[in-house]
Amino acid sequence: MSGERAQAALLRAARWKPWEPVLWLLAFASPLLLSQYSAIVNEIAIVALFAVSLDLVLGYTGIVSLGHAAFFGFGAYSAALFAKHVMPDPLAGLAVGIVAATVLGAVASLTVQRGSDLTRLMVTLGVALILLELANKLDWLTGGADGLQGVIMGPVLGRFEFDLMGRTAAWYSLSVLLLCFLLVRRFARSPFGVSLEAIRDNRLRAMAVGIPVGSRVAIAYTVAAALAGAAGALLAQTTGFASLDVFEFHRSADVLLILVVGGTGWLYGGVLGAIVFKLMQDFLSAITPQYWTFWLGLFLVVLVLVGRDRLLKPWTWFRRGRAA
Amino acid sequence: MLTILFDGIAYGMLLFILALGLAVTMGLMNFINLAHGAFAMAGGYVTVLLMQRADVPFLVCLPIAFIVPALLGAVLERTLYRPLYNKPHLDQVLFSIGLTFMAVAAVDYFVGSTQQIIQLPEWLRGRTELAAGDWRLGMGHYRLFIIAVCAALTVALQYVLSHTRFGSRLRAAVDDQRVAAGLGINVNVVFLATFAFGSGLAGLGGALGAEVLGLDPTFPLKFMIYFLIVVAVGGTSSITGPLLAALLLGIADVAGKYYIPKLGAFIVYTLMIAILIWRPQGLFSRGAKA
Repeated sequence: MSGERAQAALLRAARWKPWEPVLWLLAFASPLLLSQYSAIVNEIAIVALFAVSLDLVLGYTGIVSLGHAAFFGFGAYSAALFAKHVMPDPLAGLAVGIVAATVLGAVASLTVQRGSDLTRLMVTLGVALILLELANKLDWLTGGADGLQGVIMGPVLGRFEFDLMGRTAAWYSLSVLLLCFLLVRRFARSPFGVSLEAIRDNRLRAMAVGIPVGSRVAIAYTVAAALAGAAGALLAQTTGFASLDVFEFHRSADVLLILVVGGTGWLYGGVLGAIVFKLMQDFLSAITPQYWTFWLGLFLVVLVLVGRDRLLKPWTWFRRGRAA
Repeated sequence: MLTILFDGIAYGMLLFILALGLAVTMGLMNFINLAHGAFAMAGGYVTVLLMQRADVPFLVCLPIAFIVPALLGAVLERTLYRPLYNKPHLDQVLFSIGLTFMAVAAVDYFVGSTQQIIQLPEWLRGRTELAAGDWRLGMGHYRLFIIAVCAALTVALQYVLSHTRFGSRLRAAVDDQRVAAGLGINVNVVFLATFAFGSGLAGLGGALGAEVLGLDPTFPLKFMIYFLIVVAVGGTSSITGPLLAALLLGIADVAGKYYIPKLGAFIVYTLMIAILIWRPQGLFSRGAKA
């Protein structure tokens, strides 16, 4: 009896809400309606995909990672190199970026198995820094500090050329985001995803009820790496450029912030956070181009002191006393 | 060869002084403070600005570089850090990254983004060579000074920790906060004092290291990873652990950059990951605690 009820509750949570298709339709219409903002729509889609991938690691599995940019950057460089040296087809490049990041993620997932939060923080950060160092030193391959230039992309599906306005780019990124989002949604709502949440909430108990913690964490980490690689590949393809910036620490920190603004453990958290963050970045850097990180920092500090789960849910702001 | 070892030791000592405050606060409060480098930067900038704009002698600047970050640390601990001790690590990480970003942008705004240069006094500028041939040991006087200061500090700290009343309170609070509080130790005051002192040490390290490590607004981000390595590898249960880890890191980094400049920092990061996979609790910690 209770089993059926639990099943019904899980299924209800997995059902499509009426506002979800509306959101996606609006997203896809945005490059048409606001064509001068296509570039930023494209950026938002990429960052959103990146944040959704971090959500799998952080929100669903509970691993605090400060080096998620490792996979993002690896995907970006793989896709850019593939386009430059092998063939300029975007979809093939995307696949190459994903595969490369998946392999890297599978190897790196061995490093997040043990230790405390601090150890994982260090190890993930270390992986990103090693890759940054590699990309910097292997300048015959990656162009070093100048970045990888001269990446020319072919048309998507052999038909849609990337235009200067960035509309094709925006639709391309949005489509990949939607596809990945659906996959992640299926993944997170499956029994497998629920077992990940059990690991996040209590690792010891999860182990006790027979969940193979190590391999589940490894798989979740690898899948997240693949998605981050896809986001990186999209960035490299739509901008036609890959630079050391993709591995930098601030990228990992930004995506963490994005996810936290939107809310962890909730797939739309990454998407909404990306929208809020990108608009805020645009707004702030228009006012103070050089010092906008100050306001970003201030925002982070205030966010944590106020309580991060309440920011995007204004209806909880004044309910402090009742439900703690 | 010996010169590299010597430079490595000087570098390691400096890292130790910089990271010690972090190690103690992390052991004590279980707080992941990524903003530790900001205090070091504060110390460095206090020194540079005093020397450049007010012509204060270098040796007078050092105590000031200790006091200013210590006060800053005390104020921040009291107002901002304390509510976060019991929050999840994610909150602490976000909060301290936020503080770091603010510090970086603020220094950039007020002082400018250029690299700052310290004018060392005459008697610290020379260099002494010992012996000859392959085993030549060239000692920069300034590095010698750093080693002397840091060694003296280390001995003093070890003494304070193991032989004074405050030291035993601190150790008790690190081992078990609740029991320590139950025994009548005012844990909050211990926390405050330790945090302030750790920040002060970082400031002193920043002042001493401005010449060796370079000083610009991105200092907290550039060296954050180094401090964290010292703490994560050395463990937080004693001060000898971080000391050994810092020396190891200093020597490995200097030697790596000298012999294989192509690989640069690569070696250090790889070493760190290998050590952390092998012993997640740190190289020198007493068994697993968590």
